[in-house]
Amino acid sequence: MSHYEASIREPLILGDKTYHDITEDIAKPIEGKANKNWYMAFYISLAAMLWGFGCIFYTVGTGIGVWGLSKNIGWAWDITNFVWWVGIGHAGTLISAVLLLFRQKWRMAINRSAEAMTIFAVFQAGLFPIIHMGRPWNAFWVLPIPNQFGSLWVNFNSPLLWDVFAISTYLSVSLVFWWTGLLPDFAMIRDRAVKPFQKKIYSLLSFGWSGRAKDWQRFEEVSLVLAGLATPLVLSVHTIVSMDFATSINPGWHSTIFPPYFVAGAIFSGFAMVQTLLGIMRKVTNMEEYITRLHVEYMNIVIILTGGIVAVAYATEFFIAWYTGSPYEYYTYLSVGAATGPYAWAFYSLLLFNIAIPQLLWFKKIRRSFIASFIISIAINIGMWFERFDIIAIVLSKGHLPSTWWRFEPTFVDVGIFIGTIGFFFVLFLLYARTFPVIAQAEVKTILKSSGEFYKKRSEQGIPTKPAIVVLDIEKKSDKSDKKDKE
Amino acid sequence: MASDKKYWKSVEELTNSSFVETLSKNEFVQEIPTDTFLGDKETLANSSTSRRDFLKYVGFTTAAATLAACEGPVKKSIPYVVKPNDIIAGVADWYATSMADGFDFANILVKTREGRPIQIMPNKDANGTTSARVQAAVLSLYDEKLRLKNPTKAGEKISWTDADKEIGAALNTLKEANTPVVLLTGTLASPSTERIIQEFIVAYPNVTHVIYDAISESAAADAMLAMYGKRALPKYHLDKASVIVSFGADFLGDFHGGFEKQYVAGRKPETGSMSYHVQFESNMSLTGANADKRIVTKPSDQIFGLINLFNEITGSNVPSKATPVDAQVKQMAAALKKAGSKGVVMTGINDKNAQLVALAINKALNSEIVDVNNTLNIRQGNETDVNLLVKDMNAGKIGGLLSYNVNPLYSLPNASEFANGLKKVSLTVALSTENNETVNASNYVLPTSHFLESWGDTQFDEVTYGLMQPTIQPLFSTRQLQDTLLGWSGNSTKYYDYLKAFASTTILNGGSWNTALHNGFFTREIVTTTIASEISVSDAAMQLSNAAQKASGFELQLYIKTGLGDGKQANNPWLQEFPDPITRVSWDNYLTMSMADAKQLGFTNPVKDNGAIDGDYAKVTVNGKEVTVPVMIQPGQAKGSVGLSLGFGRAFGLKEEMQVGVNAYPLYGNANNIQFGVQIEKVSGTHQFACTQVQKTIAGRHDILKVASLKEYKTVEPKDHHHGWNKPSYVSYDHKEVEANTIDLWDEHNRELGHHFNLSIDLTSCTGCGACVVACHAENNVPVVGKREVRVGRDMHWLRIDRYYSSEVETREDAKELGLSRGEMYKGLETEAENPEVTFQPMMCQHCNHAPCETVCPVAATTHGRQGQNQMTYNRCVGTRYCANNCPYRVRRFNWFNYANNNEFDFNMNNEYGKMVLNPDVVVRSRGVMEKCSMCIQMTQATILKAKKEGRSVNTDEFETACSSACTTGALVFGDVNNKQDKVAALAKDKRAYNVLDYLQTKPNVIYQVKIKNTNEA
Repeated sequence: MSHYEASIREPLILGDKTYHDITEDIAKPIEGKANKNWYMAFYISLAAMLWGFGCIFYTVGTGIGVWGLSKNIGWAWDITNFVWWVGIGHAGTLISAVLLLFRQKWRMAINRSAEAMTIFAVFQAGLFPIIHMGRPWNAFWVLPIPNQFGSLWVNFNSPLLWDVFAISTYLSVSLVFWWTGLLPDFAMIRDRAVKPFQKKIYSLLSFGWSGRAKDWQRFEEVSLVLAGLATPLVLSVHTIVSMDFATSINPGWHSTIFPPYFVAGAIFSGFAMVQTLLGIMRKVTNMEEYITRLHVEYMNIVIILTGGIVAVAYATEFFIAWYTGSPYEYYTYLSVGAATGPYAWAFYSLLLFNIAIPQLLWFKKIRRSFIASFIISIAINIGMWFERFDIIAIVLSKGHLPSTWWRFEPTFVDVGIFIGTIGFFFVLFLLYARTFPVIAQAEVKTILKSSGEFYKKRSEQGIPTKPAIVVLDIEKKSDKSDKKDKE
Repeated sequence: MASDKKYWKSVEELTNSSFVETLSKNEFVQEIPTDTFLGDKETLANSSTSRRDFLKYVGFTTAAATLAACEGPVKKSIPYVVKPNDIIAGVADWYATSMADGFDFANILVKTREGRPIQIMPNKDANGTTSARVQAAVLSLYDEKLRLKNPTKAGEKISWTDADKEIGAALNTLKEANTPVVLLTGTLASPSTERIIQEFIVAYPNVTHVIYDAISESAAADAMLAMYGKRALPKYHLDKASVIVSFGADFLGDFHGGFEKQYVAGRKPETGSMSYHVQFESNMSLTGANADKRIVTKPSDQIFGLINLFNEITGSNVPSKATPVDAQVKQMAAALKKAGSKGVVMTGINDKNAQLVALAINKALNSEIVDVNNTLNIRQGNETDVNLLVKDMNAGKIGGLLSYNVNPLYSLPNASEFANGLKKVSLTVALSTENNETVNASNYVLPTSHFLESWGDTQFDEVTYGLMQPTIQPLFSTRQLQDTLLGWSGNSTKYYDYLKAFASTTILNGGSWNTALHNGFFTREIVTTTIASEISVSDAAMQLSNAAQKASGFELQLYIKTGLGDGKQANNPWLQEFPDPITRVSWDNYLTMSMADAKQLGFTNPVKDNGAIDGDYAKVTVNGKEVTVPVMIQPGQAKGSVGLSLGFGRAFGLKEEMQVGVNAYPLYGNANNIQFGVQIEKVSGTHQFACTQVQKTIAGRHDILKVASLKEYKTVEPKDHHHGWNKPSYVSYDHKEVEANTIDLWDEHNRELGHHFNLSIDLTSCTGCGACVVACHAENNVPVVGKREVRVGRDMHWLRIDRYYSSEVETREDAKELGLSRGEMYKGLETEAENPEVTFQPMMCQHCNHAPCETVCPVAATTHGRQGQNQMTYNRCVGTRYCANNCPYRVRRFNWFNYANNNEFDFNMNNEYGKMVLNPDVVVRSRGVMEKCSMCIQMTQATILKAKKEGRSVNTDEFETACSSACTTGALVFGDVNNKQDKVAALAKDKRAYNVLDYLQTKPNVIYQVKIKNTNEA
């Protein structure tokens, strides 16, 4: 499993860690007691979540009219939030699948949480298409299930139906992939658990992982197969989400560049969200030595790449709007309306947060600064929300017929539901941080000898790295001998 | 042959065993051993139901009770015990009748279903027309809130017999004392009722009949009396006119009844000639909006302009004043002289002298357009009489006041004087259909039947004698005025018999009563011809000029709105929700003000973040009377003038939701619609308008709205690349510019089979009156959502009429020529002109053959019909609203809430009476589903089934929709394009035909006809 890595490369694991230290570090948040900060964060999130659920019940009980929508603007915050959350959910699979295939070892410290984030974000995203329906109790009608309503079937022409398939596939594959990766780690917790109840739960969760070579072999194979399956999903999900807009006939939506542009935007926002979450998590769960400056820098590089693609896509859209000569396209993109109209603030927010601010990452100092990265990642999260809001609200607010030009103002319910999903997301994430191994320790251990700071130093000093067989040997040794080995 | 076989059930029976006999006597051999269980008291006392058992029983019974309660409430419908002869359940009956409520008069057809009138349509055989108000009157029938339900005395219920006895006694006392009694009614226009009133006066000689119209046309009638010796209103045959000059006469709106049908008949570009219509006006009226040329003229200048025109035409030299519109007046004088008898001048100034001057000009022109013989009888009100009545009442001279369906306490400018006077009248009887302030102030209240529950006759003009017949049993304990008066006069005949005898003897001329009743009208011959008397009009003109010289300050022009009229139907939610054709504001009246004045006085109409419009309040002072109204900035309003509509601000008895707007009647001094010396002051506060259209111009998008001049129409090839007035969209295909409609992504279906429906909308003929909007409301059970929801853009109208103002910069080419920057260009395109041209565009589902909504619905709830209709399956809709977002015409309407049976929306769908107006052929939609125009599929299917039953094919032009049958001017034509004889088949291929947004290739089944304006002739 181990491989050679040049010693001049920056280490991915800081400090002089042993395998056991890794185990200890990662099991600590699960086995220890939560601190005050955790409880505070949890209760705030819970309150937000309950408030959001209240708003959802109010909506379902009263009608979509409690939102700020109108006859001319049929979607606004609902679908904005949907696309935003789906976009956030993109980093997880990219990190775990694509980077796995490309053998990027740095993904190992972040893939678990990124995937968790993906799954929780997709939960939030999945809420919106259901609650935005006028009759959500009939939501199952969008599934092609044989029924007794007559010859009723779904409409395979509709991008919304494609969404149903795309999101559900993405969620299930992500969930399976995540779980597979979790098996050895759950087994580790199980083996350490002292409370019988905890032991029972983790035994169930680890699906009877025994740590035999066959287990490991199957684990590796399944991971690779799932990575292969998940990779196209990284592209397909947001492609399909973008088709909700691209296949329509509204100028500003009807655009062939949308699929790649949306995918890039999704990865952009997904990495930003990973950056935000890990920025907090590495502090709270004491994972500073596993999530290093190098990880942050790598993620920032992905951000600036995808952000660049997004910026080019914006420019292309404007160019094409001029080049087509269609007065409607031209109006949507090149009228002064966007820049001076009622939504100018949203337009400028987008430019500022999505294009201007991320450019700071060209500076190495900023790229490697935890605090700067954290702030920029939050800016990108905001910017990407505005991108979707601009696409949806500005386009719908100025449709084809001038008589239908209208405006959108959110009600407290719109805001409440959005805040509620953020609360729900953090409730899930905080619970996850207390019950799941937040770093894929089994995988991290595989790179300890090649990318760990301690071993790198040793190889620099000319002390040869022990062969792999010895690595396994050490793992079997007792704590005492491990310590001795370090001495 | 009888069988003697014996059947047996057991061997015992066969052998006739005694056991069988024992059994037959005691069927249940075993006794139920109740004693074993219950007889032994000791066991019973010792036995105990364990807690487990108890919980089981509780659980079971609770579950059983819950399950039993799950069944929905059962509503029983009661079938006819004896089927009425002419009612077949599920088949509509149509009755020809008339509407006459004192303000609106129309020959109508009423659709009834299972004994309930549900829709009003024009009786086209009688040349009947319906406005939005007439269409909506069917809902006022079911107004459970406002309608009076039984006779009362001082607020207490009283029986009809007692009421008659007491009032009869009081009338007799007054008769003996010879104290005057006044019968105050609105215009009745009913010959039989007038006869009954005469007989009543014979029986009670102390009674005088005073006619009072809330909206007065006294001046025009008085002018006719002065010149032609006949107190009536002239009729105008506008179809024959070649030049129409109007000084503030809103003849398509409130100028005593619509002339739109004749007006449009004279404006058909196909005939090669159109009348040339010039409108001098201050408020932007419906008529001004339709004019070829609208000249902004404030009221005093209208008067001087009229006098100047009089001077020009008759060669008189009445002293006048120079006005900014003198040049145009001169031009028009020349045009009128040229047109001679084909020219006509009209004025809406409610001043006898002004009306005289107009009549004199027409006389000088020898105008054929003005008809002084076949006159209109629909405004007989007499201001002098009403003023005298108020004076006499206050002097204590009047002993009794019998009011019939009038509400002077609301609609008189000096209502408080009337109220004081009324207190001095000993006998006050209100005969009224609806509750109101005057009813409330009267001692006796006798409910009268709604016109849809009444017998009657009408005589709106001299030739058409209309009949009125009940279409439903009276809903409440009501009695017609005629029956009441007959009874009081001591005549025991029922009014029905009286009417029949009256009509047969004096009107029908030997014709059949049944035929006349069936047709709803009978055509008479004009008996009298009037001859103009020689009176000096110069004096009148002089007086007019002198009066106008005093004009100072702001000039207020009072008008009435298409929706609410004089305010009689203020409790009608359809009319409240009906957006004004010009401002597109519903649920309100407001002070219209020119852009220049608004800027000077600091009034604005900001658009809020939720899309709604706000307004500032103005305090308007006229002759010491003040009202505070919100201001709406109106393009085309004459500077120095303001407009305010009457008919709003009614409160008494109205539902809270309907108590909107400001009562402007206090400013209607001397029943004059023009008031000088008005002061306007900005006061604090912000008013929230419910306006359905915020962007006022077409923003240079001329593939949506096409307008051409008559000259262009006649001389230029419509598709000409440079100057064409009906250019199709071009798209690039294989690197070639081709017409968008020549290429297709899909293989076309064969649309030649069966019926294929198209709707043609002629923008030239559409006056924007909005009758179709209300007809659609009634036909399709469109919900009313109330002011709050309309304000945030959630009106449910399936059919709306978009109104576009022209801008100073009309096209991008113009902007280029002017050298404008892009920002300036868009600003120019999107800002309305100070005096814009106005175009109306009815907009409903376009029923696209390539419908963008159909492809995006995930559950296939909206699909295409074989007959061209885009169909909406409400049951299947889950409410994603994607279809609405993808509809370029934005015609889909979403049920944001439950609009039926919801106290939050307390309109007609929330009470048992209001629901009676619902069309049983159309489902009431629940919340969360999308809805839209169905092209009245229930009507087209009914037509097809009818033809099928009768074993024939559908006749030419037999298909109709609610909007097309309500359309007075024939702007909306519906039909089957596969029937080549159908009018619409030719219209679909007309050179004026175009599709809105044809570049999208949605291939709509709704076709628009380019608007042609006669702007080149002068």
